[in-house]
Amino acid sequence: MEESDRSHFNEMLDNQGNPREPYCRLNAWLSEKPSNFLSRKSKEAETIFRRLGITFAVYGSDEATERLIPFDPIPRILSAREWKTISAGIDQRVRALNAFLRDIYHRQEIIKAGRIPADLVIQNEAFLPEMIGFTPPRKVYAHIIGTDLVRVSEDEFYVLEDNTRTPSGVSYMMENRETMMRMFPDLFQSYRVAPVEHYPDALRQTLESVAPDPAKSAQTVVILTPGIYNSAYFEHAFLADSMGVELVEGRDLFVDEGKVFMRTTREPQQVDVIYRRIDDAFLDPLTFQPDSMLGVPGLFDAYRAGNVTICNAPGTGIADDKAIYAYVPDIIEFYTGQKPILKNVPTWNCSKDDDLAYVLDNLADIVVKEVHGSGGYGMLIGPTASKREIAEFRKVLQANPGNYIAQPTLALSACPTHVASGVAPRHVDLRPFVLIGDRVRITPGGLTRVALKKGSLVVNSSQGGGTKDTWVLED
Amino acid sequence: MLGRTAASLFWMSRYHERAQNITKLLEVAYRSAMVSQQGENSIDDWRFTLMSSGCDWAYQAKHDEITPRSVISFMVFDKNNPSSIRTCLEMARNNARSVRTGITAELWEAINTTWIEFAEVTPQSITQDRLPDFLSWISQRSHLFRGALLNTVLRDDGYFFSQLGNFVERADNTARVLNTQYWVLLPDNDVVGDGSMQNQRWSGLLRALSGLRSYRFAYPNAELTAFNVAEFLILRKEMPRSLAHCYQWIDDVSDDLGQFYGSRQPSLDLASGLWRDLKEAEMRDVYQQGLDDFLNDFIVRNNAFAHQLSKDYNFA
Repeated sequence: MEESDRSHFNEMLDNQGNPREPYCRLNAWLSEKPSNFLSRKSKEAETIFRRLGITFAVYGSDEATERLIPFDPIPRILSAREWKTISAGIDQRVRALNAFLRDIYHRQEIIKAGRIPADLVIQNEAFLPEMIGFTPPRKVYAHIIGTDLVRVSEDEFYVLEDNTRTPSGVSYMMENRETMMRMFPDLFQSYRVAPVEHYPDALRQTLESVAPDPAKSAQTVVILTPGIYNSAYFEHAFLADSMGVELVEGRDLFVDEGKVFMRTTREPQQVDVIYRRIDDAFLDPLTFQPDSMLGVPGLFDAYRAGNVTICNAPGTGIADDKAIYAYVPDIIEFYTGQKPILKNVPTWNCSKDDDLAYVLDNLADIVVKEVHGSGGYGMLIGPTASKREIAEFRKVLQANPGNYIAQPTLALSACPTHVASGVAPRHVDLRPFVLIGDRVRITPGGLTRVALKKGSLVVNSSQGGGTKDTWVLED
Repeated sequence: MLGRTAASLFWMSRYHERAQNITKLLEVAYRSAMVSQQGENSIDDWRFTLMSSGCDWAYQAKHDEITPRSVISFMVFDKNNPSSIRTCLEMARNNARSVRTGITAELWEAINTTWIEFAEVTPQSITQDRLPDFLSWISQRSHLFRGALLNTVLRDDGYFFSQLGNFVERADNTARVLNTQYWVLLPDNDVVGDGSMQNQRWSGLLRALSGLRSYRFAYPNAELTAFNVAEFLILRKEMPRSLAHCYQWIDDVSDDLGQFYGSRQPSLDLASGLWRDLKEAEMRDVYQQGLDDFLNDFIVRNNAFAHQLSKDYNFA
């Protein structure tokens, strides 16, 4: 074990180097294992993952286009009390974001009240004018959300991103749990861990609850995937399989007289709910990107006619836009009348002159991100960047400041992680998965991503991050 | 079931069967080349492999002469050869992957592990002396695939489509292997020379179709004759790679499919027509029509069945 480092919050050890309550048994269990135990178990896990095909594709690399996300065998443990705060905060946040979406596509009260600049919403690339005046079933826009959280101290959790489009990673949450139960039954049994296995049922109930006609006895739900070459294809297949619904591609669907059907070996079958895992722009070549081969011509008209439900609704991306992000605390207060439970990271908007000036003066200490970027690409992490990288990024930023936001570097918490030298703290984040339909369902746990490199703060799998099973303890 | 799902299950099985057939052909070429006396014959063995798998043209476009080394690399590892074992295993896996939800975990693991392990093998490491072991490993893996399919898959439409793909491919392979060397099976061929040449060809054919041993049981005097070998591989339905066996299976599965859906499509009638003709045929009739004519006709009808099936059940 490395000596305790006070620059960040260590989730397992307190400042005296003693294990915190939820980690006591894990710490004792780890200490009685032989030194090669974790290496052996990691290899075992890798074999299982590869055999089951739990892989993700890396774009732009020719060889080995399917890779495994490294799996760290040491669980991250959250107490029931910690989880209560997190889930209350997420519940509050996703309700507010859905209210915000309904508002901006209808009366736009929040703009009229002067709580958010009109341009930021109306001129936003993620704002879909086609959605104005349309109300989806149960007034839910974002049904499936993955809220990215980081922890900086005992009680402080910050929301980094809301991911209201098509968040992925839930299959890893479930497979990680399966793997842990298989590999460490004794450790697992010594804790009372809240289960995650009902997620597919909850997802299906959520999707059925927002069908155009919820009274219909049998709803046909499908998952729409771009196909086997998509980076998250495994997850699409996994979810379809565990919900017992068809996994379709655009070419399997067609629209006739305003209704959506799938091509089967027999007569066409009408589809009620589409959980789509393709972006807005590709949904319907007649309404959006005309050269899309992934979508279904006429789908959007069928949607607006109320004959099919698309989850998440088109146009929800605006709720997780990085420029809107700074206003989420206002959004929460405006629609719920409550103070936000989870913190927002202070954000400088580089399109504002004052903010830009500050960011340029402090590049070495802060994080700069592209407004529409994701996956950890095109960002600068000041404290770990070289002088040259900072100088180069300065030019890029000055050329197009409106494309960037900046945030202070947070001291991400660290969890014990298996590394070459044994067990050492590595920085983590957390993505719990939320479902919004007839009610809000939050699965206890989520996906913990871990930066495997010492000192690194980038947890994205495309940048060498790994994952951990996340245990939420029951009272 | 989606039409695309039916297509993927059909092709998953078809490609896996093809990989196994190519493997068998290579095993036989390797073995014959080893026992043949003159160098020229040994090249013929490799040429038959290319012809039986329909790869001769593609091979000639790429290589000037036939050498064991380049045939092996072309038929086993070549990414651009649509019938190489590599391509077949990859296509089988891609089809399985696109219907991941429609197949069992056992079946997926069999097919996925085969592909992963195959992809890790470098062509350079498969020297001639390692070839037999490697081919026999591929055969084993393909039996595992088929075992997983037969033992774990629910007997619904998905299963029926996977069986049809399997036997359409097998029937096609058997007919092509026979067609490539049909003259060896003409009855008047029995008496040329001392017969050792014929014996070797006949046993090669039987080996290529995994039937040498069972032939000895099926024909009590165990003697190899053109007539019996041809009958065994074409009309004897107890031989698992004969045309008759394939079509008896296809006809059975077609009936099941028709019953499952509650209606008979045109393709199912094509299948039963072909089965009826094989069931009623005798070798005399086959020779009368002309063996090569008979085989060509069969290949065309088998293709027509597969084509009609894909239309009837919205494969595309």
